[in-house]
Amino acid sequence: MSESTITPKSQDEIIYLRPTRGWSALNLRDLWRYRELIYFLIWRDIKVRYKQTALGAGWAIIQPFFTMVVFTIFFGRLAGVPSEGVPYPIFSYTGLLPWGLFTKALSDAGRAMVSNRAMITKVYFPRLVIPLASVLSGLVDFSIAFVVLIGMIVYYNNVPGEYGTISITPAIVTLPLFILLVLVTALGVGLWLSALNVKYRDINYILPFLTQFWLFITPVAYPASMVPEEWQWLYALNPMTGVVEGFRWALLGTSSAPGPMLAISTAISILLLFSGLFYFRRMERTFADMV
Amino acid sequence: MNDLAIRVEDLGKYYKIGASPERYQTLRDSLADSITAPVRRIRRRLSTRKDPSLDNGRGNQDSIWALRHLNFDIHKGQVIGVIGRNGAGKSTLLKILSRVTEPTEGVAEIHGRVGSLLEVGTGFHPELTGRENIYLNGAILGMNRTEIDKKFDEIVDFSEVAKFIDTPVKRYSSGMYLRLAFAVAAHLEPDILVVDEVLAVGDAEFQRKCLGKMSNVAQEGRTVLFVSHNMSAILRLTEETIVLDKGQLVMRAPTARAVEQYLSSGYAEIGERIWTPDEIPATAYPFSPVAVRIRDPHGRVVDTLRSVEPVTIEIQYRLEAPITGLRVGIYVMTIRGEFVFTSFDTDDPGQYEKFRVRQPGTYFSRCVIPPDFLNEGRFVVGVNASTYQIKRYFQDEQALTFTVDPSGAPGMQWAEPRLGAIRPRLDWRIETTHDKPQEVPIPGNTDSDIES
Repeated sequence: MSESTITPKSQDEIIYLRPTRGWSALNLRDLWRYRELIYFLIWRDIKVRYKQTALGAGWAIIQPFFTMVVFTIFFGRLAGVPSEGVPYPIFSYTGLLPWGLFTKALSDAGRAMVSNRAMITKVYFPRLVIPLASVLSGLVDFSIAFVVLIGMIVYYNNVPGEYGTISITPAIVTLPLFILLVLVTALGVGLWLSALNVKYRDINYILPFLTQFWLFITPVAYPASMVPEEWQWLYALNPMTGVVEGFRWALLGTSSAPGPMLAISTAISILLLFSGLFYFRRMERTFADMV
Repeated sequence: MNDLAIRVEDLGKYYKIGASPERYQTLRDSLADSITAPVRRIRRRLSTRKDPSLDNGRGNQDSIWALRHLNFDIHKGQVIGVIGRNGAGKSTLLKILSRVTEPTEGVAEIHGRVGSLLEVGTGFHPELTGRENIYLNGAILGMNRTEIDKKFDEIVDFSEVAKFIDTPVKRYSSGMYLRLAFAVAAHLEPDILVVDEVLAVGDAEFQRKCLGKMSNVAQEGRTVLFVSHNMSAILRLTEETIVLDKGQLVMRAPTARAVEQYLSSGYAEIGERIWTPDEIPATAYPFSPVAVRIRDPHGRVVDTLRSVEPVTIEIQYRLEAPITGLRVGIYVMTIRGEFVFTSFDTDDPGQYEKFRVRQPGTYFSRCVIPPDFLNEGRFVVGVNASTYQIKRYFQDEQALTFTVDPSGAPGMQWAEPRLGAIRPRLDWRIETTHDKPQEVPIPGNTDSDIES
């Protein structure tokens, strides 16, 4: 009987609330405890996103699809941008998929802290929950748009043309890794932006400009091989370069397996994520007073 | 095992007004700041003040100690009220204890899970249905899914919106919305519950239900910290009360004594509104309002008055030029905007004749609201200065608000809110026509009658 009197630790957990300074630990345990909140916020985002729209989830397809059409006309046909042996529409659409996931996550996460101000100023929860949920909720749109890609591949494989059929290579198994890499990159940048946006609303104006600019330095509409050899290393500093190229390689088997370029991009992504996490945690304590 | 729930030691919270929610910084500001910062630093060195923290927020316009040197312990199962006028630091204290914001100094020690109700319906999304919002709001408040599943029916039952549970809450009336929001919050089961003025909303009937639920929570042995302006709620729910003033703890006593002292000591909200020159429109000339004040029978300016005492309302103003036929008066409204009455200083024809032409100078117009007149609650005083059908010189429909405390008012033996804005002590007479009172059977006596 005597053993049973020992109370479990969690029952009488003591929390000390005191001023903190400088960098703080990530406290991922607390985040894990609130995992259901992440789930519910994602669920809310998805439920609400296409409410009262005529086309509903169709928007998840329309955006990348029509961008692909425009790219095909202007870059594929008029400018004659090479597409590494696959039909240009498929080439650009494959790039647009991770790109769409990235920009969506970026702009949602960037604005998330401010749009969830009511929650932040009234209830405690690990603030990381908010940008995390907004990044992850982009996966739904991504999946819907992905189905269209499969449709496109089937279509082009059955239409005789100048291109050979696109076959699935073993590289496909690495696809989840590349999706993970998009999320890591988006979360890294998103954390920086969302923490900065609490203090500097300039971020709202920077965001559209940033994503537009970023699109040009990412191999979405053109292959990375178009960039001169001697500048490839600089080009790879954009983490999305490795992601988009790798994504294409995993899906279409184009070019060769991404080597040093992917390594650089991945390193940058991870750097962004961790610096973002720590910066966010550092700024977190002022959110409720500033947002 | 100790039975401590909350320990607060030398707790303080410093706010820079520049970083308050009303104003946010832009990159440009902070770039400009970083350029001027060295200059300011030198200037600060040169000024006599050595430590900015010595300044208690009154000398410095840009910053304020919302809380300072706060010390107290709360034991498990205690139900503590927190009162104080606006800006006394009540909300800041709750925000720190519920981990929304960090203290600037000191430490708060929390034993157990804290549930905070600084607002009901946090995170409610208008597009989602009642059902969906219960889950979302529950998750935000820290409940997990199985917990919500288990209590779902109870929550819906309590909210009285079962019929509309699958309707988006944007179609709800504000009453339904609040009921649902409170129902979720009321079913939170933390070790320590921290509650802000959430009961001040909703209709009287539902308020009563909420108070009932709150007292159940208290009886279950949970620790509760309850902030309110509603003295009767504080009296009903709490055993002990902390009084805050200007960020400091000025008293901790059994609730009845704390409330009594709070109401009589002038810790209450300053019942005074002073108009600054830029608030007075040019069209008011030559009428220049100075202030409106509420005074208790001892002449002290107060925010909270007792229903059983006379209240003096005083309007101070200047005339820069003579005005003929001027009348200066007040509106009194409930906090919901229903008019209780309107009255002018020259309502009496004799008075009107006497002050037909008011000469330049400083004036005080005072009136006394008799005792046993206003019901408990918060009231708004509006001020009007005009000449009948000619010109309205000045009007401020919400010059100030004050609270009426019902202690000692008629019917206080029943702890229920009374409907209506006024609470007169009417002269009731009870007459009876029964002629044989001894025939009324008295239980208990009948047995002994048979035995004897």
